[in-house]
Amino acid sequence: MNDPRLAIIPGRFDDVKRIVAVSSGKGGVGKSMLAVALALSLRDAGNSVGLLDLDFTSPSTHVILGVEGLYPEEEKGITPPITHGLSYMSIVHYSIDEPVPLRGADASSAIVELLAITRWRELDYLIIDMPPGIGDATLDMIRLIPRIEFLVVTTPSRLAYESVRKLLVLLNELGIPTLGVVENMAMEHTDFIKKETTKVNSHYLGVVDYDASVEAAIGKPEDLKKTSFYGQVSKLGKKL
Amino acid sequence: MHEWALAEGVVKTADKFAEDQGIDEITEVRIMIGELQAVEHDIIEFALDQLRTTRMKGAKFVIEAVPARFKCRKCSHEWKLEKEKLDETTGEAIHFVPEMAHVFLKCPKCGSPDFEVTEGRGVWLASIKGRKKE
Repeated sequence: MNDPRLAIIPGRFDDVKRIVAVSSGKGGVGKSMLAVALALSLRDAGNSVGLLDLDFTSPSTHVILGVEGLYPEEEKGITPPITHGLSYMSIVHYSIDEPVPLRGADASSAIVELLAITRWRELDYLIIDMPPGIGDATLDMIRLIPRIEFLVVTTPSRLAYESVRKLLVLLNELGIPTLGVVENMAMEHTDFIKKETTKVNSHYLGVVDYDASVEAAIGKPEDLKKTSFYGQVSKLGKKL
Repeated sequence: MHEWALAEGVVKTADKFAEDQGIDEITEVRIMIGELQAVEHDIIEFALDQLRTTRMKGAKFVIEAVPARFKCRKCSHEWKLEKEKLDETTGEAIHFVPEMAHVFLKCPKCGSPDFEVTEGRGVWLASIKGRKKE
């Protein structure tokens, strides 16, 4: 018989207008930083925003936000704590930032559990920081979340894009909406990524330049908001 | 998983199953609850009663506990959960997300966190009994 958790997941997003999965075929392309900046900028623009960190084995949004010791409230499920104006959910609320060594099936089950128990408030946007690749988390989100839209991040590197291309092809084949591709950490501007995304019928959203000042702003969202990186991500957010 | 969320899932799944099978009246739902999650049976019984649908108005909810057992993938050692040895933080984390067992528990023989929960992990529906109208 069906897993009873699956029956309640779609309804958990009834009050969420847009669900945006910040995703990539490759790790290390700046997904988490971009997801946090996007969430904060959408919040600053007057939206109600949630942030869900689904990278269970390597969560990092709590480090970027500089938060620790948050714990969800219990009310017929759990309600995400609010930090920096965001409804924020991460496995670190439970793992207390210890290593989370999960095999694929266990990671998948943990995602199902978290989606089933979390009761999101009314939100204009839920931004999801996805783990890299096209493994369990990506397949689970496609399977479980209605109305999910993917925002795909790459760097200008051919190596990164080769994995990103596979994600784009998969999403296209499955008919999953893709908001577009963001070229992150660009040190010079070329049209390589733009041309390549067009070849797989994807939309090129724009470029975000490499910004060395971002590193010093980790853990300090107010400093992050002063960076040119944040300004560029805010502009992309307006295109959504 | 929280008891209310769990009860909501059970009720929706049972109701959908009955609908798909053409069952008009559910008379009994048997629910297995893995011990790992430390679900409070009183709370879930109360929640099930509050959430029951018209189709399951007279249904009996039978809840059975399943002891949690583990098997180490590294050294093949098998062991049982000793709930009383869990501190509050660990118990709470596992209560909400049972996979947190891999964060806080280790194989008592070799210390590996790479183990399988062979029994008693989640919540599932074992059987549904009901009647079809003539």
